Amino acid sequence: MDTDQLIKTLAADNTHRARPVGFALMLALMAAAPVSLLMFFTELGIRPDVMTAMRNPFFDLKFAVTLALAIAAIAVSLHLSRPEASLRGFGWLLLIPAGLLTAGIGGEMMMPQRLPMMTRLMGNNSRMCMTAIPLLSLPILAGALLGLRHGAPARPALAGAIAGMLSAGLAATLYASHCTDDSPLFVATWYTLSTALVTAIGALAGSKLLRF
Amino acid sequence: MREREDEWTGLMRSAISGDSTAYHRLLKAVTPVLRAAARRGLARAGQPVDQSEDIVQDILLAVHLKRHTWDVSAPFAPWLFAIARNKLIDALRRRGRRVFVNIDDFAEVLPGEAPVETASAGEVAAQLASLPARQRDVLQSIAVESASIKDTAAKLAMSEGAVRVALHRGLTSLTAKLREQ
Repeated sequence: MDTDQLIKTLAADNTHRARPVGFALMLALMAAAPVSLLMFFTELGIRPDVMTAMRNPFFDLKFAVTLALAIAAIAVSLHLSRPEASLRGFGWLLLIPAGLLTAGIGGEMMMPQRLPMMTRLMGNNSRMCMTAIPLLSLPILAGALLGLRHGAPARPALAGAIAGMLSAGLAATLYASHCTDDSPLFVATWYTLSTALVTAIGALAGSKLLRF
Repeated sequence: MREREDEWTGLMRSAISGDSTAYHRLLKAVTPVLRAAARRGLARAGQPVDQSEDIVQDILLAVHLKRHTWDVSAPFAPWLFAIARNKLIDALRRRGRRVFVNIDDFAEVLPGEAPVETASAGEVAAQLASLPARQRDVLQSIAVESASIKDTAAKLAMSEGAVRVALHRGLTSLTAKLREQ
């Protein structure tokens, strides 16, 4: 097939309209979410004292941080799905959750505490946190990568890493309602480590799956 | 240069809103620029430039299948060159070289540059043979025999809708096969 014939063929296919990447991503996330929700409710479930916990601002802060991460990562991954896009002008969005967390740590430092800092940082559920967040993110990560395959990222590994953050953010939102460790120091340590792990998995998978 | 790129953007906008003639003109217009850049990239990597046509076709397929990622309010050339650069780097890597492609390779095509003869391209044609029969027949009919969608539908006893679906699926699987090879 010579190039003129190929061009003619492509022009004949011009009537085909593809959906925007955002639509594909939302569809894929909506398909993946029930899997993670099922895993969460059969294995973990919401902590029993959730009504009292909601009055603790540090419990609420966990959701602000994880949702900020998820939303920022969704925005960045949609931006990066265009081939000419770079992180410039968008990367700072990912600093919002970090900023919220830092403010939370500062706030907690200023309050009188019953427990020493190291005890709050270590918490009671660090191992559970490091297991649950990555496991709950895997279905969401698979969905996110599937949706983002619809795009054309110039740097597939980077796009995959952001997809990892996106899924870790959503998985951590679920896990935060189960976990009884509310100290921002705990969140900054163990949630961050879990997110880093999922981000690395995302980068690895993205470098293979997001090439176009 | 500026004028040329504005013209491309205009053609692509018409194409997106359904004008297939504009789309055809656009692809014809960008092809020599892509070809020159592919030859330059191959030459710099010490590869035979007669493989440039495979890279050009690879780029055109990617442009076609990813055109929904172009923002209609943005200029077309940066998007096109980003796709082309990505495909050129891929192609050179596949041929075993680690190379750096200069984005200016695409921008600096001089109007007076001697027209390059179209070299033959083998990769797309070779992959065509490995497609499912339906898709292969439809692509064959439209590409090689220059039949319209309507004529192809009549000839293969399919509905026009089915021809369109097979055409699009065929192009998608061609691209996937080229990527995996």
